[in-house]
Amino acid sequence: MSKANSPIVTGAFASLRYRKNRDRIIELILLSAGLVAVFTTVAIVFVLFYESAAFFEHVPIRDFITDTMWTPLFADARYGIMPLVAGTLTVTGVAVLVAIPVGTVIAIYLSEFAPHHLRESVKPVLELLGAVPTVVYGYFALLMVTPQLQKIWPDLPGFNMLSAGLVIGLMIVPYVASVSEDAMRAVPKYMREGSYAMGATKMQTALRVVVPGAFSGLAAAYILGISRAVGETMVVAIAAGMMANLTFNPTEPAATITAYIVQVSLGDLPHDSIGYQSIFAAGLVLMLMTLVLNVIGFFLTRRFREAY
Amino acid sequence: MAATAHLTLEEIRKGLSWRKQLDKLFIAIGLALLFGCLGILAILFFDLVRDGSSRFGWDFFTSFPSRKAENAGILSAAVGTMLIMLVTALLALPIGVAAAIYLEEYAPKNWFTGIIEINVTNLAGVPSIIYGLLALGLFVYQFNFGQSVLTAGMTLGLLILPIVIVATRESLRAVPRAIREAAYGLGATRWEVTKDHVLPYSTGGILTGLILGLSRAIGETAPIITIGALSFIAFLPPSPVTGEFPFLNFEWLMSEFTAMPIQMFNWVSRPDQAFQANAAAAGAILLGMTLAMNAVAIWIRYRFRKKISW
Repeated sequence: MSKANSPIVTGAFASLRYRKNRDRIIELILLSAGLVAVFTTVAIVFVLFYESAAFFEHVPIRDFITDTMWTPLFADARYGIMPLVAGTLTVTGVAVLVAIPVGTVIAIYLSEFAPHHLRESVKPVLELLGAVPTVVYGYFALLMVTPQLQKIWPDLPGFNMLSAGLVIGLMIVPYVASVSEDAMRAVPKYMREGSYAMGATKMQTALRVVVPGAFSGLAAAYILGISRAVGETMVVAIAAGMMANLTFNPTEPAATITAYIVQVSLGDLPHDSIGYQSIFAAGLVLMLMTLVLNVIGFFLTRRFREAY
Repeated sequence: MAATAHLTLEEIRKGLSWRKQLDKLFIAIGLALLFGCLGILAILFFDLVRDGSSRFGWDFFTSFPSRKAENAGILSAAVGTMLIMLVTALLALPIGVAAAIYLEEYAPKNWFTGIIEINVTNLAGVPSIIYGLLALGLFVYQFNFGQSVLTAGMTLGLLILPIVIVATRESLRAVPRAIREAAYGLGATRWEVTKDHVLPYSTGGILTGLILGLSRAIGETAPIITIGALSFIAFLPPSPVTGEFPFLNFEWLMSEFTAMPIQMFNWVSRPDQAFQANAAAAGAILLGMTLAMNAVAIWIRYRFRKKISW
C-alpha cells in the first residue's frame, strides 16, 4: 500500500464516488421529469389521432371538409366541420380587432412613454386581465356586454358571437401588450438616440424606428394572441350559443369548435358512440390550427430575441 | 418670399409644437386605453359582487346544490376545488421544478434538450380544452381513473406544468454564476450545488410560479367539463384525514366531484334569473380567489427581489 491510500483518503474517495453515483441517479430522475413534457405532447397527439381514426372510419374525410352542415347529435347526422371553423374564425376575428390595436397602443405607451415606476406597477395589474377565470368572462359577455349591445342594436340576439369576441379580445390584450412590449424593449437604445438626435419626437421615434425594429416580435405577439382566441372555450360556450351555424356574421349566434366539445361533454354520450369520437376529430382540427400558429410565433419570437 | 424652399424659424417651431402635441395626444390615448382596461376589470368585479350580494351568507357556503336557487350553495364545489388543487400542486410542483432544474443546470446543449424545450413552449400554447380531451381519452378510459378528483387534478397538473417550469427556470437563471463556481471550488457535486446553493435562492420565483399556475388552474372550466364533471353533487368526497390509524384515506381521489367554475357555469347557463345571482356570487368568490393568489405572487416576487442582493 502506498501512502496515498491511507484510510482517510480512501474514505474520502469512497464518499466522492458515492456522491458522484448519487448525482447520476438524481440526473436521471430530473431527466424523467423533463420527459413528462415530451410524453404529454405524444399522448395528446396519440389520443387525438387514435379516436379521430375511429371517427373517420364512419365519416369520409371529404365530407368532413366539404359538407356545410354539422349535426352529429341529430337523427339526420351530418359531419361537415366548416360551420364550426367559420364560428371559430368569426369570434377570433372580432377578438383580434379589439386586442391588436388596444394591445399595441398600450405596449407602445408602456415601452416608450410611461415613466419607469408606472410601467412596473401597472404591468402586473394589467396581467390580471388575463388571469380572470374564463367562466367569469362568459358571465360578463352574456349578462353585461350583450344587454349593453342590445341597447345599440335592439335586434341583436341574446346569444351572439359579437359579445363573445369583444370579451375574448379584452382577455388577450395583456398577452399582446406584454409580448409586444418585450419586443420593443429589445430594440437597442442607440437606435432611439439616433432618431432623437435627428430631431424626431418621441412618437416619431416610436412609430418609425422602434415599431419597425420590433416587427417580428409584434407579429409573434399577434399570432400568440390569435392562438389564444382560437382555443378559448368558456366565453363562447356561454355567450355565443351552441348551435352550429355557417356564417361569418358576428351578430348571429353560432358554435365554435371548442363550444361543440363542451356541448357534447355536458351530455352523457356512450364511450364508443360516433358523437363521442366526433369531439376528438373537432379537437384535432383545433390542435392543428393552434399548432401552426404557435410554431410561427415560436420562430418569430426566437428571431427578435436574436436580432440585436 | 422664399418660404416655399426654406422654412422660416417660425414655421419650424410651429411644426415642432404640432408634433409635440401629437406626442401628448398619444400619451392621452395610451393612458385612456390602459386605464379603460383596468376600469373594465374593476366594473366586472363590482358588478359580480353587487349581483351576487343577496346570496352571500353562511348558508351559501354550507349548502349543497339545489333545484331551488335560494337554497343552493357551493359546499361541494368549494371542497371539490380544494381537493383538486391539492392533487394539482402535488403533481406540478415536483415534476415542474425537477424538469426546470434538469433543463437549466444539467442538460447538455444538444438536439434532445432542444426537443424538450420546444415541447414545453408548445404545451404552454395548447388550448386547455385539448388537455381535457387528453384526459378523457387517456385517464378516464385507458387508465380507468373515471371522472374523479384524481383525473381532474392530474389534468390541471399537466396544464400548469409549463407555467411552473418556465417560472422555475427564470429564477434559477437569475442566480449568479459565481455562487455555483464557489461551491464547485469547494468540491461540491452538481446536485449539492443545486440543492444547497441554487435552489434556496430561487424559492421565491418557484413559489410565484406555483401560485400563478394554481390561480390559472382554479378557474379552468373547459378541461374539467370535458372529462365529465357533474354539476349536481350533493355529497362530499370521503375525508382525506381519518380518526383512526393510518389517519390518511385516499378514497377521495377516486370520488366524483364538482368544482367552483363548473358550478358557476351550470348556474349561468340556466335561463332562470334567480340562479344568475348564484352565478354572480360564485363568480365573485372565484375571481376574488384568483386576484388574491395573483396579489400574493406579486408580493412574494417583490419581497424576494428586494431581500436578495448578490
